[in-house]
Order: sequence, then structure tokens, then C-alpha cells
Amino acid sequence: MADTVLGLGWQESRRVRWKKTLDKVAPILLSFGLFIGIATVASLLITVATTGGDRLSWTLITEYPHPNPANAGMRSAILGTIWTVGLSALICVPLGIAAALYLTAWSENKVIKRFIEINIANLAGIPSVVFGLVGLSLLTYGLGLGRSIIAGAFTLAVMTLPLVTVAAAEAVKTIPEALIHGAYSLGATKLQVTRYIILPRALPMMMTGAILAISRAIGEAAPILVISGLLFIRQDPSSIFDRFTVMPLQIYNWVSRPQVAFQELSSAAIIVLMLILLSMNSAAIALRYRYQRRLTL
Amino acid sequence: MQQQVFSETLLESVRRRQRASKTFNYIFLTASSVAFITIIVIVGSLFYESLFFFNQVSVVEFLTGTEWTVLFVDKKFGIWPLMTATAITSAIALLVAVPSGLATAIYLSEYARPAIRRPVKSIIEMLAGIPTVVYGYFALYFISPNLLKQLIPGVGIHNALAVGLMIGVLIIPIVASLSEDALYAVPEDFRQAAYALGARKVDVVFRVVLPAALSGILASIILAFTRAMGETMIAAIAGGFRVIFSFDPREAMQTMTSFIAQVATGDAPHGTVEYQSIFAVGLVLFIITFVFNIIAIRVVKKWQIRY
Amino acid sequence: MTMLKELVRDSMELSGADKRVVVEAVNLAVRYGNRYAIKNINLQIERNRITAIIGPSGCGKSTLLRCINRMNDLIPEAKVEGRVLYRGVDIYSKEIDPVMVRTVIGMVFQRPNPFPMSIFDNVSFGLKVNGIKLSKTELMQKVRDALEKAALWDEVKDRLDAHAYSLSGGQQQRLCIARTLAVDPEVILLDEPTVSLDPISTAKIEQLLRNISSNYTIVIVTHNMQQAARVSDYTAVMMPDENMVGGLIEFGPTKEIFTHPRDKRTEDYISGRVG
Repeated sequence: MADTVLGLGWQESRRVRWKKTLDKVAPILLSFGLFIGIATVASLLITVATTGGDRLSWTLITEYPHPNPANAGMRSAILGTIWTVGLSALICVPLGIAAALYLTAWSENKVIKRFIEINIANLAGIPSVVFGLVGLSLLTYGLGLGRSIIAGAFTLAVMTLPLVTVAAAEAVKTIPEALIHGAYSLGATKLQVTRYIILPRALPMMMTGAILAISRAIGEAAPILVISGLLFIRQDPSSIFDRFTVMPLQIYNWVSRPQVAFQELSSAAIIVLMLILLSMNSAAIALRYRYQRRLTL
Repeated sequence: MQQQVFSETLLESVRRRQRASKTFNYIFLTASSVAFITIIVIVGSLFYESLFFFNQVSVVEFLTGTEWTVLFVDKKFGIWPLMTATAITSAIALLVAVPSGLATAIYLSEYARPAIRRPVKSIIEMLAGIPTVVYGYFALYFISPNLLKQLIPGVGIHNALAVGLMIGVLIIPIVASLSEDALYAVPEDFRQAAYALGARKVDVVFRVVLPAALSGILASIILAFTRAMGETMIAAIAGGFRVIFSFDPREAMQTMTSFIAQVATGDAPHGTVEYQSIFAVGLVLFIITFVFNIIAIRVVKKWQIRY
Repeated sequence: MTMLKELVRDSMELSGADKRVVVEAVNLAVRYGNRYAIKNINLQIERNRITAIIGPSGCGKSTLLRCINRMNDLIPEAKVEGRVLYRGVDIYSKEIDPVMVRTVIGMVFQRPNPFPMSIFDNVSFGLKVNGIKLSKTELMQKVRDALEKAALWDEVKDRLDAHAYSLSGGQQQRLCIARTLAVDPEVILLDEPTVSLDPISTAKIEQLLRNISSNYTIVIVTHNMQQAARVSDYTAVMMPDENMVGGLIEFGPTKEIFTHPRDKRTEDYISGRVG
């Protein structure tokens, strides 16, 4: 309308109309980007569910791997994951929280802070398989730890360290400066401010970050493949120096076999893995939600 | 003088508490240095192990040769077949991820209602949370047989195209998330000024906001690219272990990471040239991704400083 | 803490300093990088009196206040020059730990910032943090004491376990005053404490300050001139110069500042012609 009122010619009007259409169409076109990702995941989930759904059973979880797919289970892989990822979390979470506290609340030297941040960013970008290589060279053979749970745990710990550190740092940054200054003004030391003000308030968010980092570690196959190799493990782990396997590796093992029965088996194993990851992520989100509500008191 | 102004009990309390505080300062500082130490250790280990390899293999052959037959009797050590395979799969991945991720980012940042921004971002993060073995499984058992074989003649069971496509989906969240942050960070003033000059929304978004966020978007693409290069399991499952020097994505080809996976799966004993070769390949992979990552971090730093 | 007061009296005898001056700023300046926020501040705060610091927004009043209890240390870009003497001792000298200073010089902030804990825990926080060992009854007595002085006891005595956030804005600010009083500081700094409160809460706080002023040295920053006139014994006037650097242009008994200001800028500010 305005174009005719302002005396613009017929040509102008056409360009404006074209732009108007673009304006309407753009959001639809753009949301196709989302569509590709979601469609892929949806069909992925459907494929997995249909091929593996029937193979789901308690024996899948309680039995050891077996050359005969009908008798095989992922017990050793599940336990291996629990031991390895659990141990890596015990190492990585305190380290990550300590580093995050140093970066946000303790460090007074801007140069050191920037240096640490750059290193963490670089560490985060290193391919996971490289971590496996270094773990193999340094931990397994160099330190003589063997192709064991502890070698895998250290490797995973160092791999997930950036994630935990960044999540913990974000958690600390959400604390209002007024609270921290208030504590200092009463004569508290840095340690006391950390212990009484920062940690209690940031801990839930830090735990959320830790859970997300742990779920990432549960899904990692490449570094464990390098450190542990592909194994037939038919017993429960009894020490951190035992050889081991983890769930994604067991899946890789079964996926590599051509028989249809193994394809079904790997689908079922994928379902188990995804369910575990789903529950962990839900726990993390639930934690974050409950924590948000407490704040608005 | 201070002894007279501040009571002894106060001084003692402060000294005691500050001692504890200083101890923890050292503990936290040590924890923070783990990242740095790890990088040093990584570089050191890779070079150390590679030294053994290059004692037996000439660097020139390694860097210029086009045949890689390390696991065969007649060993050739040219890394180019592996590198081209990595390059092709990563390029295909970018072709998938950049349009999708960028489109999603623009949609979320400029068009979507604020209320749906957060949940959609969470869904996108979920894409990155799916274990790569699952993507590999999907590539091998669904994408290759059902999609590619039907649509494109000459596609094998294992092929680089399926690998590239799945890696692409895997890295969409990297492009989407970081680009969205970059777009969101563009000051509202820029948009307001453009609107005030009579621009329509498409003009504002594509001619003002997008260029302003370009360095952040570029950084996200570089980071997605290095992630694609480092991806192992998808390539190992769906790409096949055949080493060929080819640019045809319909072929099965072994990437650098897939080679490392293959040797790890086998029984190459510690100390053999097969064992050592994975470190040489790993070193190349590390150097390439490290250099790209530093560039990306620099680009991000420049972008963050602007505002 | 009673030991402190005795020792302080002894030191005053020994040092021969002007017994009335508790805190003194000598050529105090604060800069962020190369830009000075305040410069050439020379100020003497008298014991057991209320001193107000007034001036237009942005002239550096809060910056000056934060120098007195070394809160500017928490801002890495801020560099403090000159000296701040507490009982004759330069609190910025290398042997003095800021933690010590903050135990004897307390602060109440512009927006109430109670900790996310119970009312009781808020008030007792300073005592806990300073490592003061008290029995349960002694602790309870101190908390009650502080709350009574802060004119809050009657309103919260039945719900000391309630969360601090359940209090109204005015009550929260009085809670912050109570927790500052609990550690028995000698000096209390208040940075525009009533600016976010309603008139009734403001009046309550002004009243309680007058009530406790005979036992505490109080420095209050305010941009509300009427408040300064109502509450303070002395007033310091700050003004930014041409370079936006804050300086102290006048200081004296409140009555004189408001009836016979000596500097023209003060007169302009007070009569509302400027700022």
C-alpha cells in the first residue's frame, strides 16, 4: 500500500512483494535444517527399535558374549562401562570442579587464566582416538598399567575434563556477585566464600554438567578400542587392572559381524545403551529443573 | 603497629584461615594445570612413538606416497590414501552440516519465538549425544542399503558417502549451536538501525546480522570440520577397511581414524612397525586438527572482542 | 571482640593520634587502568559519629567507600593509590590482610543481599566465618542482640529458621545490617542502603542508625540530600571535575554544609541547580 501512496513505480512494488514472500517463506525453509537432523534421528530410532525390539530380554543384560548370537549378552560390557566410566568420573569431576573454581573465583592473574582457558579449549578439540593412542603409549606400556580398566579410566577422565570444567565454571558464574561480596565484607577468606557461598549454590549445576560429561564418556568407543582392543570377556571385573570392554565396543563388535542375528543383537544392545543414556540425561535435566525452582524462593 | 590495632585473637584467626586458603590455592592451581600438562604429554607421546616409526620408514615416502599397505607383506607407507579418504568424508559431512546447522541457527536466533529456543536447543544437543557407534550402525544397515543403493548406481556396502552423511548429522549441533550463539550476540542496535532504514526482515537477517556474525560462524565450521576429521567409529563401521587412493565417495575407503581402529582391533604386537604406524598417523591427525582448532579459537577471540 | 576494643583504646593512647579520628583517607585515589575515578581525597571520619558522603551519581562515592574496607581489592582492574588509615595504621600496607580489615569495618550494600540461608544463619554467618567459638546460648544472645539493634528482632523472633528470602525488601536490608552488627565492627559503611526501599523502611533504617551511632562509627553514602541532612553529623561533598574524576570539594558539620556551604558547587548541588 505504502509503495503506491509514496508514488513508487510498478517495478519497485514487485521487488517489495518478492521480499515480502521471502519474509514469509524464510522461516519455513530455514526450519528444514532442523528437519534433516530430526528425521535422521527418528528413522534411526525406529530402525533400531524394530530390528532389536524382539531381541530384548533379561539374558541380554545378564549373559556374557558368546559366539552363538542366541546365547550372547552384554554383561561384561555393562560392568566394564560401570567400572571404567565410574572410575574416570571419580578422577575427572573433582579435577574439573577445582579447575573451574580456580578460573572463576580464585585466580587473580589474567595471563594465567587466559592460558588455562586456551589449553582447555584445545584439549576439547583433540580427536578422541588420539587420547586412546596416548593412553596406550603412556599408561598401558609406559607406566605398565596394562590394557586395563585404570588405563581406560585415566584416558576417559582427561578426555571429559574440559566438559566438566566448562560446565562447572558456568555454574559458578551464575552466582550473583552481590552474595560473594557480601560474604567477603564480613571478613571471610576465599576458601570460606568458596565453601559457604559458591559451592553450595553451584553444586547442583556442576553435577548436571558432570552427568552430561559422564553420558558422553559412556558412549565413547574409539579411545577404549585403542587401549583395550576388541575382546571376548567372559567374566566380571574384579580389579582395576583387569582387561575389560565397554558397551559401545560390544556394539561395534556385533555390528562388524555379517550374520543377521548379530545385527538384531547389536540393535538390542543399542536400545539398552540408549535407554541408559536417556535416563542419565533425564536425571540431569530433572536436577537442573529442581534447582531452578529452589532459586526463585 | 598492627599488633596493637588488631587483637591477637583476630590476627591468629586470620593467619590460620589464610593458611588453609593458600593451600587450596595451590591445589586448585595444580588441578588447572592438568589440561596443559596433558597437551604436552600428548605431543610428547605421539612424537616419541613416531620416532620409532620414522627410524624404519622415510618421512618423504610417508608424506608423498600414494600407497598404504602397512598391514600387508609388501609394505608401502604413503599416507595420502588415508588423508584423501578423511578429507572426502569430512567434506561431505560439512556439506550436510553447514546448511542444516546454519539454517537452524538462523531460524532459532532470528525467527523462532523465544519460548521454543531453549527446548529446541536441547533437542539439538541430543543429536550430539547419540553414540557414534549407533550412527555407524545406522549408516551401514540403513543408509547404505536402503537409501544409497536405491538412488545411486555403483554404491558399495561400505562407502564414503554414507560415512560422510552420518558424520554430517553428528556435527550439525556444533555448527548450529556455535553459529546461533554468534548470531544471538549481534547487538540489537544493528537490527534496529537496519529496520529504521526501511529494510525488510530478510535483508536484515541476511545482509546485516549474518555478515556481522560471520567470524563466529566460521569458527563453528572449522570446529565441526576438525570433529569430522577425528571421527573414528562411523568410518570404521561403514567405510570399510579397504585402502584406496580415490576421490569417488561411492567407494569404500579407509580414513586415518579407521586405520587406527583396524590396527587396534587386530593383534599388532607392541613394537612392530604396524603398531608404530598408528602413532605416525595419529600424529598427522593431531597436528592437522590442532592447527585448525587454534585458528578457530583465534577467530572466536576476535569475534568476542568486537562486542 | 571485647578484647579488640580494649586494645584499640590502648593503641590510641600510645600513638597519640587524634583520638576522635577513626578512619582517615590521605591523598586517596583510585584508577581503572589510566582513568582516574577519584583523586586527591583527604577525609577524616570521626569516631561514633555519622558521616554522610553526598554528591551526584557517578562521582565516585561508592568507590571511595569501598576503599575503606578494601572491597576494591575484589575488582582486579581497580588500583588504589594513597593511604587509608584505620587507627593510624595504613590498611593498604603489605602486612595488613584485607580479611582483618573487613572484620572491624563492615559494609551494607545498596541492594539487600542476604545469603540463601535462614535468618539465624545469616546473622551468625560473620561469627562462624571469623572462627569465633561460642556456646549455643552465647550465639543466640549475639544474634538477638544484633537483630534488636537492627530493629528487626520483634518481627522475626518467632521464625529465625525461616529463609531470608521470605522477608520483605526493607526487612532483608535490616537483616543485612544485623549480620554486619553481629561481628561487632568498629566502623559500619553503608552504600546508599535505602535507595531501593519504600519510605517506611527507609525511616526505620534511618532511625536505627541514629540509635546505634553512639557505639559505632558510621559512614553512609547517599544521593538523597534530605537523608544526609536528617541522619548525619558530618557531611562530605564529592563532585566530578571536568575530566569526570571525582574529588572531595567540601567537608564539615552537616548543619553548616546545608546552611552555609563554602563552595559554590556545593551550594548549587544542594539547591538542586546541578546534579
